[in-house]
Amino acid sequence: MVSPTSIFEAAYDSKIESNVIVTRVDAAMNWVRKNSLWPMPMGLACCAIELMATASARFDISRFGMEVMRFSPRQADVLIVSGTVTYKMALAVKRIWDQMPEPKWCVAMGACASSGGMYRSYAVLQGIDRLIPVDVYISGCPPRPEALIAGLMRLQEKVDTEHALLDQKRSLLTKPATPAV
Amino acid sequence: MAAADDVNRLRESTGDERWESVEFRGEHTLRVPVEALHPVLATCRNDLGYAMLLDISGVDHLGDEPRFEVVYQLAAADDSKRLRVTTRVGEDQAVPSAVDLWQAADWHEREVWDLLGIGFAGHPNLKRILMWEGYPYFPLRKDFPLAGRPTDLPDVAFTGVAPLEGGPFVATAGAPNTVLREPRSRAGD
Repeated sequence: MVSPTSIFEAAYDSKIESNVIVTRVDAAMNWVRKNSLWPMPMGLACCAIELMATASARFDISRFGMEVMRFSPRQADVLIVSGTVTYKMALAVKRIWDQMPEPKWCVAMGACASSGGMYRSYAVLQGIDRLIPVDVYISGCPPRPEALIAGLMRLQEKVDTEHALLDQKRSLLTKPATPAV
Repeated sequence: MAAADDVNRLRESTGDERWESVEFRGEHTLRVPVEALHPVLATCRNDLGYAMLLDISGVDHLGDEPRFEVVYQLAAADDSKRLRVTTRVGEDQAVPSAVDLWQAADWHEREVWDLLGIGFAGHPNLKRILMWEGYPYFPLRKDFPLAGRPTDLPDVAFTGVAPLEGGPFVATAGAPNTVLREPRSRAGD
C-alpha cells in the first residue's frame, strides 16, 4: 500500500517534473505528423526532376523530415503530384490517392498539376483538383526545389492547425456504412 | 548513290505522271499514288539501301480531296542519304502497311491510326497507342476542336473540354509578326 506521503513525494520528484510536458493531444499529434511527412512521389513530367533534386543532397528535404519517399501509397502521407496529368493517367493517380491511408495530404506541384498549365488540350486533365482534394498548389513551370520546399513548409503549417483527433473521428462518422456480407 | 539519283531511278522505273518529286534545301521528297506506295517502299528498303524508317506521320488536308497524306521518312543506316516518300489517301481508304519492310513501322502506323484515323491494311496489331481503346475520336483531325470533347469510359478514362478562355493557344498562320500571331489574349477579337 502506498502512503499519501509517497504519492506526494513522487508527484514533486524533481527528476520527473523536468521530463513532463503539458500539451493538448491535438498539438502533440500534429507536431508528430508535420515533422515526418512521408511523400509519395507521383512523378509525371519534368517537375519530377525538380522533385528528385529536392530530395538530393543540395536541397535536402530531410531537414524537414520528408526524405522518406515511399513508392507504396500505403506507407505515404503526402501525395506530390509533380507533372502533367493526362486523362489516360488521371484515374491511376486517383487510385493511388485512394490507396493512401488517412490522414493524407496532396500537393499539386507546378502549373500542369495545378491547372493543366500550358496544355489546354484534349489529352490533359485541367488540374488534379478535379479528381482529388489539393492542400497546397505550387506555381512554377517547373517550380525550383526551393519553391517545393516552401510549399511543403506551408503544408506543415496547415497540418499544425488541424484538429488531429476531431477531424479523424468526423471522417469515421461520415464514412458510408458497409453492408454486412 | 545519293537520294537525288534514287528519286530519278524510281521515277524512270514508271511512266506514271502522278509521281512527283520535290527538292528543297537538299531534302528529296517523292510523291506517289497509294497503289504504288508499297512497291516503292520495298524498292527503297531492299535495293536502294534505305534500311531505316525514321518516322511515319500523317497530315490532314481538310477540304482537299483526297483528305489525308501519309509521310514516310527514310534513311540509310550510315545516314549518308535521306528520302521522304508521301502518298495521299481518302477518308475511307487504307494505306498498305510497311510493317513487313520495317519493324519500326508498327508503332508509327498505330500512332497515325490513333490520332488521325488513317487505316493501314495488313498491319498485324492496328489498335490505339496513345489514347485508350474505346476513345471515340481521332483528335489530330482538323475538324476536332482543340479543347477536346467530353467522353467517359467508366473505370478506364474520361475526358473533358479544356477552358480556352480566349487564350493565345491557337497561332494565326501567316500573321506578319509574333504579337499578331500569338497575342496574349483573343478575348477582344
